[in-house]
Amino acid sequence: MTASVSTFDTPVSGADPFGYEILEDPLPFQAELRDAGPVVYLEKYDTYAMGRYAEVHAALTDWQTFQSAAGVGLSNFRREKSWRPPSLLLEADPPHHDAPRAVLAKILGPREIRSLASSWAADAEQLVDELLARGPKFDAVADLAAVYPLRVFPDAVGIPQQGRENLLPYGDHAFNAFGPPNGLVARGAPRVAELSASIAAQCAREVLTADGFGAQIWAAADRGDITQAQAPLVVRSLLTAGVDTTVNGLAAVLHAFAVNPGQWNRLRHNPALARTAFDEAVRLESPVQTFFRTTTREIEIGGTPIPEDTKILMFLGSANRDPRRWENPDAFDLGRDPSGHVGFGFGIHQCVGQHIARLEAATLLNVLSRRIASLEICGPARRHHNNTLRAWESLPVRVRLA
Amino acid sequence: MFTGMDSTAGTSGVRLAVTAKTRAADGVVALTLAHPQGRRLPDWTPGAHIDVVLPSGITRQYSLCGDRWDACSYRIAVLHEPRGRGGSAYVHDELTEGSIVALGGPRNNFPLAPSDKYLFIAGGIGITPLLPMIRQADLLGAEWKLLYLGRSRNTMAFLGELATYGDRVAVMPKDESGPRRLGELIGDPQADTKVYACGPQRLLAAVERHCRDWPAGLLRVEHFAAKDQGAPARSTPFEVELAQAGLRVTVHPDQSILDALQNAGVNVLNSCREGTCGTCEVSVLQGDPDHRDSILGDADRAAGRCMFPCVSRSRGDRLVLDL
Repeated sequence: MTASVSTFDTPVSGADPFGYEILEDPLPFQAELRDAGPVVYLEKYDTYAMGRYAEVHAALTDWQTFQSAAGVGLSNFRREKSWRPPSLLLEADPPHHDAPRAVLAKILGPREIRSLASSWAADAEQLVDELLARGPKFDAVADLAAVYPLRVFPDAVGIPQQGRENLLPYGDHAFNAFGPPNGLVARGAPRVAELSASIAAQCAREVLTADGFGAQIWAAADRGDITQAQAPLVVRSLLTAGVDTTVNGLAAVLHAFAVNPGQWNRLRHNPALARTAFDEAVRLESPVQTFFRTTTREIEIGGTPIPEDTKILMFLGSANRDPRRWENPDAFDLGRDPSGHVGFGFGIHQCVGQHIARLEAATLLNVLSRRIASLEICGPARRHHNNTLRAWESLPVRVRLA
Repeated sequence: MFTGMDSTAGTSGVRLAVTAKTRAADGVVALTLAHPQGRRLPDWTPGAHIDVVLPSGITRQYSLCGDRWDACSYRIAVLHEPRGRGGSAYVHDELTEGSIVALGGPRNNFPLAPSDKYLFIAGGIGITPLLPMIRQADLLGAEWKLLYLGRSRNTMAFLGELATYGDRVAVMPKDESGPRRLGELIGDPQADTKVYACGPQRLLAAVERHCRDWPAGLLRVEHFAAKDQGAPARSTPFEVELAQAGLRVTVHPDQSILDALQNAGVNVLNSCREGTCGTCEVSVLQGDPDHRDSILGDADRAAGRCMFPCVSRSRGDRLVLDL
C-alpha cells in the first residue's frame, strides 16, 4: 500500500482485496488497511474501504447514511440490474425492509427456535457417532462442518430432499456475486440459471412442510404481515444466507480449536463456553468478510470527503481484529468477551439467523467436547476462495477420543 | 461525521434529555427527546412506542411520532389526562427543557404491514402512532386516507403537519361535523385495504364492532389506554444473585444488569445492548424481572422465567439468575 497524494491525503491502495493473494490470506492486507487510516481509497475498484472497528461499526449502525438497497456488493443497483431479484432483507432499506425483517426476526427468535434444540442434539449425536466409528481421522469440513447444517437446517425450513445439493453451490455463487465480476464469479456463471430455478422451486408454498420456517413465512403472508409476493423471497433469504455461512462458521470454530488445544481443554471443562467459543471464532475468522454500503449523502470520514452515491467496502473481518478495539486480537481466547464483534453485522441488518447459527454450533460443540479429548490438524489445510466468505475447502484432523 | 459514532447501542440504561417542549393542541404537549451527548438513539419503526421513566419514578408508554430518518431524536406527544394516574400531569406540569427521563424500548406491537391501500382512523391523541405510518405509506407509494376524529379542532394535534397531505386527510371534529356514522365511513372490507385505528377505547370498540366479521389481518388496532405495568420500575439499587457462579452483584440505577455483571468479571454474551437482538437471554430462577426489551410477548413477560439483562431490570430487591 502506498500513501500517494490524493484529495486531503486520503490513503490510496492499489491492492485487489478480491484477488488470489488476499483471499488466500487477508490478514496482512487488513493490517495495512487499518494502519493507513479510517478510510482508504481502493484504486482498482474506484471505491472506498473501511478497516477499523469504530468506523465499520458506525457505518453498519447508520442505515440512514449507509444504505443497502443499492446493493451490498460492488454493483450499484441504482444503475445496474442485479443478477437476481434483490433480497428483501439484505438489499433493502426502511421502509421496505421493515415488514420482512419483523416477520423473519420473530420466526427465528431465540425463544421460538428453542424447540429445535433436542432434535438437533440427537442429529449431532448421530452424526458424530457415524463419523467417529470410521476412525480417528476425518475432514472437519467435508465430513462435519458441511454436513451438520445440511442435516438440520433444510428440515427446519421444511424444504424437500430434492434440490438440497444445490444449496451450497447457490450460496457460494451468491456470496461471490457481491464482489467484482472476477474469475470466481465467471466460474459460477454457467450454473446460475439452473441453481436459481432450483432454489426458487424450494420456496414455493406447496413444496414446504407444514411446520417449518418456510410454512411460518407463508402463514405470515396469509395474515397480511408480508405480501404473498414477498413470501418466497423471504424463504429464499433463509436458503441463501443460512447454509454457507454456518458451514464456514463451524469450520472456523473447529479450526480454531484444532490449533488451540488449551482452549479445547477449557471447553471440555466448561461446556457452557460453547456459545462464547462460537462467537469468538466468528470474531476471529469472520466467515462473512466484507459487505458494501452506499452513501445516501456526502459525508466526511477522517478528513476525507466522500460524495453521495459512493460504494464503501466495510471489512468486517478487519474490524474484528482491530487492535484499537480488541486486546490481543489474533488470539482465540474463550476468556475473552467477544460481544460487540461485527461478524454478524450490526444494526438493523444484523444477521437475522444468528440464533440458528449459535444453536447449531453450541449443539455440535457440546457433543464433540464430550466425545473428543483432543483434535489436531493432520494434513494440509486448504482454503476455499470466495469473494465474500472466508472459507475452508479441507481441514484434515486427527482426534483422540475421550 | 455520521451518526453511528457514539451510538447508544453499546451503552445501557439510556437516559434522554427533553430538548424541546411545545404545545401541540389544547391539552397536548409534544416533547423532543435526545441523548444528552447527542448520540444516536435505538432504531424504531412506525407504530412503535417507548417507555418513559419520569423522574418521579412513574413509567408511561408513548408512541413515537417523529422522523425515523433523524437518528438522534425522538418525538412523543402527551395528552393531559386530569383523571389519569399522574403521568401526564407530571409531563405537562413538571417536565421542562433539560429534564432527564429514562428510556425503555422502543417496542412495536402495532407494526405497519404492507398493503396496496390503507385507511387510518385516529381518535384524538391516537393520531401519534399513525403520523409516522402515514409518511411511510406515502414513501411506499400506497394509496391511503386518514379519518381524524376529535372533539374540536383546537384539541386535535398536528393539524398543520397533516394539512400538507391535502384531501387524503379528513379532519372531523365533533363540534363541526356532528356525530359520525363510523360504519359508513369504514364501509365494507376490501382485500387490498388494511385499516389501522388508534384512539380512545370507545372509538376502538365501535371500529372493532363494525369489523367483527372481517377476514383476519385487515383491521389492526392499538389500544391506547396506558398499560398498567404494575409496580413502577425501581429507582433504587437491587441485587442479582448468580446461582451457578455463587456470586452476588449489586445493580445501581444508572447501570444495566449486564454492566454490573461485567464490572464483577462475569461476561454474558450480548450484542445489541438495546433489548432487540435477544443474544443475552438468561433464565430467571427467582425474583420479578422488570422487562424492558422489545422481544417478549405478553405471556412471556408475565411468566418472568427469562429476561434480557442488557435492558431489563428487577422490580424487587433481588433476582436470582441461572448464570
